[in-house]
Amino acid sequence: MQIFEYNGSAVVAMVGKNCFAIASDRRLGVQLQTIATDFQRISKIHDHLFIGLSGLATDVQTLYQRLVFRHKLYQLREERDMKPETFASLVSAILYEKRFGPYLCQPVIAGLGDDNKPFICTMDSIGAKELAKDFVVSGTASESLYGACEAMFKPDMEAEELFETISQALLSSVDRDCLSGWGGHVYVVTPNEIKEKILKGRMD
Amino acid sequence: MGDSQYSFSLTTFSPSGKLVQIEHALTAVGSGQTSLGIKASNGVVIATEKKLPSILVDEASVQKIQHLTPNIGTVYSGMGPDFRVLVRKSRKQAEQYLRLYKEPIPVTQLVRETATVMQEFTQSGGVRPFGVSLLVAGYDDKGPQLYQVDPSGSYFSWKASAMGKNVSNAKTFLEKRYTEDMELDDAIHTAILTLKEGFEGEISSKNIEIGKIGADKVFRVLTPAEIDDYLAEVE
Repeated sequence: MQIFEYNGSAVVAMVGKNCFAIASDRRLGVQLQTIATDFQRISKIHDHLFIGLSGLATDVQTLYQRLVFRHKLYQLREERDMKPETFASLVSAILYEKRFGPYLCQPVIAGLGDDNKPFICTMDSIGAKELAKDFVVSGTASESLYGACEAMFKPDMEAEELFETISQALLSSVDRDCLSGWGGHVYVVTPNEIKEKILKGRMD
Repeated sequence: MGDSQYSFSLTTFSPSGKLVQIEHALTAVGSGQTSLGIKASNGVVIATEKKLPSILVDEASVQKIQHLTPNIGTVYSGMGPDFRVLVRKSRKQAEQYLRLYKEPIPVTQLVRETATVMQEFTQSGGVRPFGVSLLVAGYDDKGPQLYQVDPSGSYFSWKASAMGKNVSNAKTFLEKRYTEDMELDDAIHTAILTLKEGFEGEISSKNIEIGKIGADKVFRVLTPAEIDDYLAEVE
């Protein structure tokens, strides 16, 4: 029994033209049994910064709470929101603190930086950052996601097209993975608005 | 003074509501060599007297103005050794911030952390307050900034300020001379003139120190040759 595959998860983020999209599946399982179909894997840190966490669900929730805590204190002290790059460095540092007893999660961070330039990155469970210019994936469906994104991705997509692309990539990948699925949760973020949509895919 | 019974213990308030050790620390600052800072529209300049106890001292080895980060510098009035300790602690805090966030520390944050250290030494057992006031000059995303930090741990943002022996004359002079749209070079001239006001003896590049930071966000201590140029312009 692999611990990273205990709950099942799929998270993906993609870069568009002055926008980004981040999507996840909605299944929460205990190995082969599905116990929830509305599990929240993606969370907002501030209006231009989102984090999606795949992996062990309890660590997903705890890590999210710790990060929100740190960000709120930062906002109070510095009177500004954290830049995505800064937040990614913070997450990496927090994960490495637990180097020899890690949080069993892989985060996907997506945000709009200075001049509304989209920023995405992922990292492993001990904080090794991986920046990308196009897309990042994580979770039990990651291999399928890599394939689907590589095939479907185009640079400089507008928000509408980005939404379609990321949704198709997510749904087709989780269909090949028994541990993730039961619909999708997509956020498309532009400088002025956040669009949140629930996808209905194969409900198994 | 009725407070004298309470002046032995740092952590005890006197009946008049003062912490007498902090008052004494401020006196130590007030008898230190004059230093001043001016915030211009496009940078900040800090300057200090560098009066050495004897002509035998190698003045090139004495550096009163120090970097805290590449874009933040500081100068003091008061006890030199206390200044060294604070500079060391502040540099470490700035590096810790950089290591955590991979972003240079904003000036306000560094000033706040330094002030917190100074305050801790007014509320702990077995220690005394620092006998220095600092002037911190920096340039970050919020533009040029100048802060003064006192032994009590309070800090203030200034457009122009002075500390040390000649503080009241210097401040009066600065009040008259300061303008909102001053540029960095004008500010350096004004700083030199202010130091000259209360200077005992002949002012030269060997007995003052000047540090500046402009829109390039690089804090630099001026070389004696550069100071000579500015002194010549001022004459």
